[in-house]
Amino acid sequence: MKRRLLLLLPLAGFLVLSVFLYQGLSLNPFHRDSALMARDFPEFDLATLEDAERRVDRSLLTTGEVTLVNVWGEWCPECKREMPQLLDLAERGVRLVGISYKDTREKGLGFLEEFGDPFEINIFDPDGELAFELGVYGAPETFLVDADGVIRYHHTGYIAPGEVREKILPEVEKWR
Amino acid sequence: MLTQMIPEIGHYALVIALLLAAVQAVMPLAGAATRRPLWMAYARPMAAGQLLFVAIAYACLTTSYLLDDFSVANVANNSNSMLPWYYKASAVWGNHEGSVLLWSLMLAGWGYFAARFSRELPRDMVARVIGVLGLVCVGFLAFVLITSNPFERLLPNMPQDGADLNPLLQDFGLIVHPPMLYMGYVGFSVVFAFAIAALLGGRLDAAWTRWARPWTNLAWAFLTVGIALGSWWAYYELGWGGWWFWDPVENASLLPWLTGTALIHSLAVTEKRGAFKSWTVLLAISTFSLSLLGTFLVRSGVLTSVHAFANDPSRGFFILVLLGITVGLSLLLFALRAPRVSHQVGFTWLSRDALLLINNIVLVIMTVTVLMGTVYPLLLDALDLGKISVGPPYFNALFVPLTVIMCVFMGLGPLSRWKRMNGRELWRRLGGAAVAAVLIGAVAPLLYGGEWNAWVAIGLVAALWVVLPMLRDLYDKARGAPSWLAGLRRLSLAYWGMQLGHLGVAVTIVGVAVVSNYNIERNVRMGPGDSVQVAGYTFTMTELTSRRGANFLADRAVIEVQRDGSRRSFTMNPEKRLYIARGMPMTQVALRPGFFRDLYVAMGEDLDDGSWAMRVQFKPFVRWLWLGALLMAAGGILAVADKRYRRLATARDPEARGDAKPREAAA
Repeated sequence: MKRRLLLLLPLAGFLVLSVFLYQGLSLNPFHRDSALMARDFPEFDLATLEDAERRVDRSLLTTGEVTLVNVWGEWCPECKREMPQLLDLAERGVRLVGISYKDTREKGLGFLEEFGDPFEINIFDPDGELAFELGVYGAPETFLVDADGVIRYHHTGYIAPGEVREKILPEVEKWR
Repeated sequence: MLTQMIPEIGHYALVIALLLAAVQAVMPLAGAATRRPLWMAYARPMAAGQLLFVAIAYACLTTSYLLDDFSVANVANNSNSMLPWYYKASAVWGNHEGSVLLWSLMLAGWGYFAARFSRELPRDMVARVIGVLGLVCVGFLAFVLITSNPFERLLPNMPQDGADLNPLLQDFGLIVHPPMLYMGYVGFSVVFAFAIAALLGGRLDAAWTRWARPWTNLAWAFLTVGIALGSWWAYYELGWGGWWFWDPVENASLLPWLTGTALIHSLAVTEKRGAFKSWTVLLAISTFSLSLLGTFLVRSGVLTSVHAFANDPSRGFFILVLLGITVGLSLLLFALRAPRVSHQVGFTWLSRDALLLINNIVLVIMTVTVLMGTVYPLLLDALDLGKISVGPPYFNALFVPLTVIMCVFMGLGPLSRWKRMNGRELWRRLGGAAVAAVLIGAVAPLLYGGEWNAWVAIGLVAALWVVLPMLRDLYDKARGAPSWLAGLRRLSLAYWGMQLGHLGVAVTIVGVAVVSNYNIERNVRMGPGDSVQVAGYTFTMTELTSRRGANFLADRAVIEVQRDGSRRSFTMNPEKRLYIARGMPMTQVALRPGFFRDLYVAMGEDLDDGSWAMRVQFKPFVRWLWLGALLMAAGGILAVADKRYRRLATARDPEARGDAKPREAAA
C-alpha cells in the first residue's frame, strides 16, 4: 500500500503544477500592461497625418476628456476589421485619437478614405517613435487615457464587435 | 474556381482527419479490451487515412501561401507577395496556427510509421499503441479546429497584400529548425504510446522496451538536431553572439531532451536486465508530457519569451485541458498499474546498472532544476509574491556542476559491467585515462595564449574523461581480435552509436567551456577608414554602402580583415536591413566561421556623424557546440540502424561484444 501511494507522487506533483499553470493563465497574459498602467502618456512632438505643417504634443490628451488612442496602420489587416467598431465608438460620443503607425501619409489617408475616419485627429508616426515609447509591438493596440493624460487601460490587438459594449464602454464610463 | 476553394478543402480535410483519428482511438482500444480482432483491425487503415487527410490539409495551406491568397487570415498576417517562395512555404509554420498543423501532420506521420513497422508485434499491443496515438491526435486536431483554425478567411475586406513574415524569421533557420524540433517533440509520442499500451495491457515486461527503443532514439536524435539548429540560428540571427539564453522556450525544448536522454539509458537497462521497469515507464510518460508542457508554455503566453506567438488565453486554456487529460490520466494509470512489487534484480554499487541509475538521477535533477527555473516566475506571480525573472546565473550555477558530475559517471559507464564489477579491474583499465585527462586538461589552457582559466580546465578534464576511457575500450576490444580492423568491424552499430553519442557530449562540453571563457567582444564606433584590433585580427572599415534586396533595404559595411603577420586579407559584410512591409529593422551579422574560431561582426546603431556602433567578436571553438550535437544525433541514428532491431522481436540475440550500450549525454 505504501508503495502504491509512492506511485501517486508524480500525479500529485503534476496536479500542483497544473493549478499554478491555470492561475498563470488567468493572471495576466500581457505582463507589459503593468509597466504602463497608471502612468502618464509619454511626451511626444509629431506632425498630424492630415496636415504635415501642424504639430501636436501631449497637450492633445490633457483636454479634460477621456480619450481612446488607437494605433493603426494601412498594412495591418486586423485594423481594417476593427474600423467598424471604432466608428461605432465615435458615434457613441467617445473621443478617439489615432496614431498612424509606420505608414506613408498617402497610404494612411487612403485607408481613412476607404474605411471611414472615427478619429478627431491622427498623429503621424512613420518611424514608430511614439509607439516605441508606448511599448507597442503590433497593431492594432488601443490605450484609454483619462482626463489628465494618464493611461488607464490597454487593449492589445483587435477590438472585437462584442468587446465594444463588454469591455471598452464600461472602461470609458469608469474613468469619465 | 477550384483554386478559390483550396482553404475550404483544407478545412474539410482536417475535419475528416479528426473523425478518422477518433475512430483510430476508440475502435482499437475497445477491441483490445474486449479481444475483438475485427475492431483491432481498424488501427492501421485509420492511421493511414488520418495521415492522408492531414497531409491534404497541410498541402492546402501551403498552396494558399504559395498562391498569395490573402483572403486567408493566416496568410495575410504572415506572408507577403514579395516574399521568396521558400519563405512562403516555411511561413506556414512561422506562426501559431500553421505550426500546430505541422505538429499534427508529424503526429499523424509518426503514427502511420509506427503502425507500418510493427508487423511482428502482438496484435493487441499494436492496437493499443495506435489507439493511444489516435487519442493524442484527436486532442491536437480538435485544438487546431476549435481554437487555431489556419483556414479562417478575411472576407469581404481582404487585404491587398500581406503583413509579411516577421523578418527575424526570414532565414534558413526557419526552414530547418522548427520541423526538426517538432519531429523530436512529436516523436516521443511513440514511446509514450508504447508505455501506456504496456500499462493498459498489464504487460510490463522487457519486450515493449525493445520495440520502443529505436523510436525513442530517432525522436531523440531529431530533438538534438532541432535544439542545436535553434541555438545556431539565435547565434547568427539575433545579432549579439549568444548561443543559449535560458529563455523559457529554449528551456521547454531542453526539458524533454534531458528526460529523453535518461529514458534512452533506462530503456537499455530495462531491456537488458529487466530492472527499473516502473522508472522507465514514468520517464516515457514524463518525456512526452514535458513536450506538451513546452507547447503550453510557448503558446499560452503565461511566460514572456522572445518566441512570441500570438498569445490567446483561450488557446492556453485548451492546451492546459489537453495537458491535464493526457498527463493526468497517464500518471493515474501509472499509479494504478505500475508493478506493485519491484522485481528486484541484484546489482552492486559498482556496476553498469548502478552507474546508469546514477546517470538517470543526475539527469532528472537537471530536469527539475531547469523546470523550477522556468516556472518559478510563474509560481511567484500566482502566489502574488512579485514578478521576477530567473536569469542565466541561476541556471549556470546549477547546471554546470551537474554536468561535471554526470561526466564523472559517463567516463565509468561504458567500461563497466552489468551486475557487478571488480573495483581493481576498473582502476586498471581506467587509471591511465584518469591521470591523462587531468594532466592534459589542466595544461592545455596554458597553451592557449598562456591564459589559464579554471573553468576551461575543468571542462577539458571532463571532456577528456569521457573520451579517453572509450578509446581504451576500443583498444581493448580491437586487441583481442586477429587484426585491428577485424576487431573494430565486429562491434555493433549500436556500440558505435554509443561511442559517437558520448564523443558528441565531450565535443559540446569543450565548445561551451572554451567559448564561454575565451570569448572576446569589442564594441566600437567605426566610420570608413577606422580600424580595430581584436584577438590578433585587424578589422578595417573600408566603405559604407547600401543595397536593395528582394523585400528590404540595407546599409552595408565593407570590413577588411587581416590576420596579424599574414598578408592575405578577406572582407566581411555586415548589414542593417530595413524590411519594407513591416518597417522593421534587422541586423544581418557577418560571420567568418572556422573550426577553431568564428569572427563575428554586427552593425549596431548608426551614429549621427556617419559612423556606426559596431560589435566585433572573436569566438573560439564555438562551432564545437553544434558539431557535438550533430555527433550525438548521428550516434542516435546509428543505434537505430543496428540490425538487431530488424530481427524478429522474439529472438534474443547473444550477448554480442559491447552490444547496444546506451549513450549518456549532457548538455
